[in-house]
Amino acid sequence: MVKGIATNEQLRCYHCGETCADTLIHTDDKVFCCEGCKMVFHILNQNDLCDYYALNKNPGLNQRIHVRKDKFAFLDDEKLQQQLISFRNENQVHVTFYLPQMHCSSCLYLLENLHRLDDSVISSKVNFTRKEAEIIFQTPQTSLRRIAELLTSIGYEPYISLNDLKQKRPAINKSMVYQLGIAGFCFGNIMLMSFPEYLGIDASEEGLRGIFRWLNFALAIPVLLYSSLPFYESSWKSLRHKFLNIDAPIALAIIITFIRSAWEVLSGTGGGYFDSMTGIVFFMLAGRILQDKTYRQLSFERDYTSYFPIAVSVLTEETEIPTALPDIKPGQTLLIHHEELIPADGILTKGKAFIDYSFVTGESLPVLKEVGELVYAGGKQTGGNIEVLVVKEVAQSYLTKLWNNEGSAGKEKTTVEKNVSFVHLLSRYFTYIVLSIALATAIYWQITDPARLWPAVTSIFIIACPCALLLSNTFTNGNILRILGRNHFFLRNAQTIEDIAKTTHIVFDKTGTLTTNQQQDIRYEGTTLTAYQLQQVAALAASSVHPLSRALASHLSDGKRLKVDGFKETTGKGIEGLVEGDFLKIGSFEYVSGKKNSSAGTAVYVSLENKLAGAFYFQNHYRDFIPVLVRKLKPHYRLSVISGDNETERKNLQQLFGKGTTLLFHQKPEDKLHYIQHLQQQGEKVMMIGDGLNDAVSLKQSDIGVAVAEQTNTFTPSSDAIIEARQLSRLTTFFAICRANRNIVIASFVLSIVYNIIGLFFAVQGNLSPLIAAILMPSSSLSILLITFGTSSLLASRMRL
Amino acid sequence: MSVILILLIASISIAALFLFAFLWGVKSGQFEDDYSPSSRILFDDKPASSKKQ
Repeated sequence: MVKGIATNEQLRCYHCGETCADTLIHTDDKVFCCEGCKMVFHILNQNDLCDYYALNKNPGLNQRIHVRKDKFAFLDDEKLQQQLISFRNENQVHVTFYLPQMHCSSCLYLLENLHRLDDSVISSKVNFTRKEAEIIFQTPQTSLRRIAELLTSIGYEPYISLNDLKQKRPAINKSMVYQLGIAGFCFGNIMLMSFPEYLGIDASEEGLRGIFRWLNFALAIPVLLYSSLPFYESSWKSLRHKFLNIDAPIALAIIITFIRSAWEVLSGTGGGYFDSMTGIVFFMLAGRILQDKTYRQLSFERDYTSYFPIAVSVLTEETEIPTALPDIKPGQTLLIHHEELIPADGILTKGKAFIDYSFVTGESLPVLKEVGELVYAGGKQTGGNIEVLVVKEVAQSYLTKLWNNEGSAGKEKTTVEKNVSFVHLLSRYFTYIVLSIALATAIYWQITDPARLWPAVTSIFIIACPCALLLSNTFTNGNILRILGRNHFFLRNAQTIEDIAKTTHIVFDKTGTLTTNQQQDIRYEGTTLTAYQLQQVAALAASSVHPLSRALASHLSDGKRLKVDGFKETTGKGIEGLVEGDFLKIGSFEYVSGKKNSSAGTAVYVSLENKLAGAFYFQNHYRDFIPVLVRKLKPHYRLSVISGDNETERKNLQQLFGKGTTLLFHQKPEDKLHYIQHLQQQGEKVMMIGDGLNDAVSLKQSDIGVAVAEQTNTFTPSSDAIIEARQLSRLTTFFAICRANRNIVIASFVLSIVYNIIGLFFAVQGNLSPLIAAILMPSSSLSILLITFGTSSLLASRMRL
Repeated sequence: MSVILILLIASISIAALFLFAFLWGVKSGQFEDDYSPSSRILFDDKPASSKKQ
C-alpha cells in the first residue's frame, strides 16, 4: 500500500501536480502529464524563471486543453482595444487583465517577472485579491494580442468577457473609511482633552479649561460635517420615502448633541458632550464597515455579459473577421470553434454541433445538433468547428432577452418591500417612546422650572439615541457574514441574513444543484463482459476526446492501457478499432447495430466483433448528502424541485424527497419564474437554490436566490448568496445561525435599554453630567460589542462552523 | 501652563500626522491587496523593471 503511494508520488506532473499515466513526456528527471505543461516548463526554464517551481510544489495548472492559435485575434481590432486599455500614449500602453488562474505566490512571482519573458513589457503588477495584473508595455514593439498570447503560453489565459466592453467597474467606495479615520482621530483627541472636564481642574488654571473646550469644539466639527454624512444621507432618503428608519433618530441625536455642546462652550457654562458624540459616530461607522465588508473576489451582480466572449469570428467569403458581439447582425455567419460559446440564437449551417449547455442548464452532457437545427445562445460547442447563421441579435436572444426584461422588472418591485429590516421597525417604536418621554419631561419642567427645560430635553435625546441598536445589529451581522464566508457560504449583504431566517419554502433546481456534473453514474446493461473485455472498451474509449468516451474510460480503466490499432472516429456517431486484435465498436445505437435508434436517455452501445453486447447508461450522480439534507429540511420547510429535464427521474426524486414535495419537470426558465411568483402570491418566502443561466431569472425573482458553485471562483449567475456545492449539506446549520442573528440583536438591545434607563434617570432631571455620559456611552458600546461578537462566535463554534 | 500648550500642539500634530498617513495609505490602495506585498518581499530579485523611469 505504502509502496503504491510512493510510486504515485513519482508520477506527478512537475508542472501541475496531476498524476501522469506514464513517463512518456519528460525532460531530464521531470515528468509531465501533457505537452502543454512541458511547454510552459520549457519557456520558464529558458528564461531562468524556475523559481516558480521552488516557491510552491507543482504550482501550475493543467495545460491539456490547447488554446486556439487565433483566439486573441480580436485584440488587433482598434475599436475593441480602446475599450480594454486604460491608458496609452505613443510608446506605452497600460492594460489590466483578469487572470482567474492566479492562485499562489508562484503565480505572483511569474506574472511580475513578465518582462524577463518579453523585453517589451515594462512592468506588471498583480492585485492578488482581485486576480488582476496591470501590465505596462511598449507599444510599437508588441501588441495587446501578443501580451494576451504570452500570458496564455505560460498558463494564465486572460479572461475577457463582454462585460469588459461596458463601463469600467465602479471604484471601491473608500469614503466611509476616510470618515472612520477622521472620526477616530477626533474622538481620540477629544477624549484626551476632556480629562479636565471629568476630573476637575485647579481654579488657578481656569484659562486652560477654556482652551481644552474650544479645541474639543473645533475637533467635533469635522465629525459633524464629514464623518456623520452617511447618517444624514440615509435618514434624508428614508424620510423622503415617508419611512422612519434607524438613521433618522441617530442623525437627530448627533445634531442635537452638537448644538447643545456648542451652546455650552460658547456660553461658558460647560464642556458639552463632544466626546460622546464623536465616540458614537466612530463606533457606528466601524460597525457599518464591518457589516459592509464584501467579498471582492466574488461578484453577485453578474449577468450574461460576464459569461459571453467579447468577440466572435464572423465568416465573410471564406475569411474570418473577429467582430465585437454587439455588432453582430442577423444574417451573418459565425464560426464557432471548439470550446467556444454560441453568443446568439442561430441555425446550424455547417458541421456537427455537440453543445454543452452546462452554463445554461447545469447539464454537462453535450447535446447533438444536426445541420438545420436551431441552437440557442449560451451553449458551448465541444468538438470540431461549426458555422451558425445568426437569426437574432445577441441582446434579443432567448436567454438574454428573458434576463433583460422579466428578470429586472420583477426585482425592482420586490426590493423596496424586501429591504425593511426588523431593526428599523424596532427603532421606530423606540423613537416614539423617546419622543413621548421628552414631551412629558418638557411639560413637567415648563410648569415647575422653565430654565431646566432645554437641558433636560436635549439630554434625553443625547442619551436615548438608538445607536446601541444600530451597533448591535451591524456588529452581529458583520460577524455572521464573516463566519458564513469562512464556511464558503457568501452572502450579498446583511439583509440577506434576515431574509434567510424568514424562508418558508425552498425550491431546488435538479441538474447541477441536486446532482453534480463532476461525477456520473454509469450503469451497464446487456450480456456480461469479462474484466478483460471491459479493459478493451476502456482502451478504445481512451483514444477519443468525446466527453462520454472520456467518462467511460476513466470509469472502466484500471491504469494499464491496451494497444489500439486502426482507430476510427465518426464524429457524432461513435468510434471503432482493433484492441489487441479484437474489433470493437462503441457509440450510438444506430452506429453500433446498424438499426434505427429507439431508446431515450444517454447511452453508449458496445459491440464486440460486430455483435451487440449491451449499453452503458449515463446518469447524473445525486450528491451524496441529499437524503440527509432533505430529512433535516423537511420538518421546517416546504420543498419543491423544478427541473428542465424530462420525467425519467421522477421515481428517483420521489424516493429522495418523499411525499409532500412538489416535483415539476419540463420547466422552461419562464415556467420556473412563474412558479416562484405563484408561491410568493400565496405568501411564501421563497428561497431558490440553483445554478446555471436558466435559473438566473428565478434566482432574481425569489426572496433569496442561492447560486451553487463547484468552486467559489467559477462563474455564478447573479444572486443573493453563493454557496460552494459541498457546503450544501450544512444548509440547516447556516439557517440556524441566521435565525439566531435576530435573537442576538434583540438581546443586546434589551441590555442597551437598561443603560438608557439609567441615563434617562439623570437626563429627565436635567443634570446629566459629562462624566456620567462619558462612562455610560463607551461602556454600553463596548459591552454590546462583546456580547454580539461573543455570542455569535460562541454559537458558531458550537455549531461547528 | 505654557508647557502644557506646547505639549498639546505637539500631541495633536503627531496625531494629525498619523491621520494623514492613514488616509494616504487608504487612498493609495495599500489595504486593498493584503496578499501580494507579503509574498513579494520574499522573491529574490526586484520584480519591477529598472529599464523605465
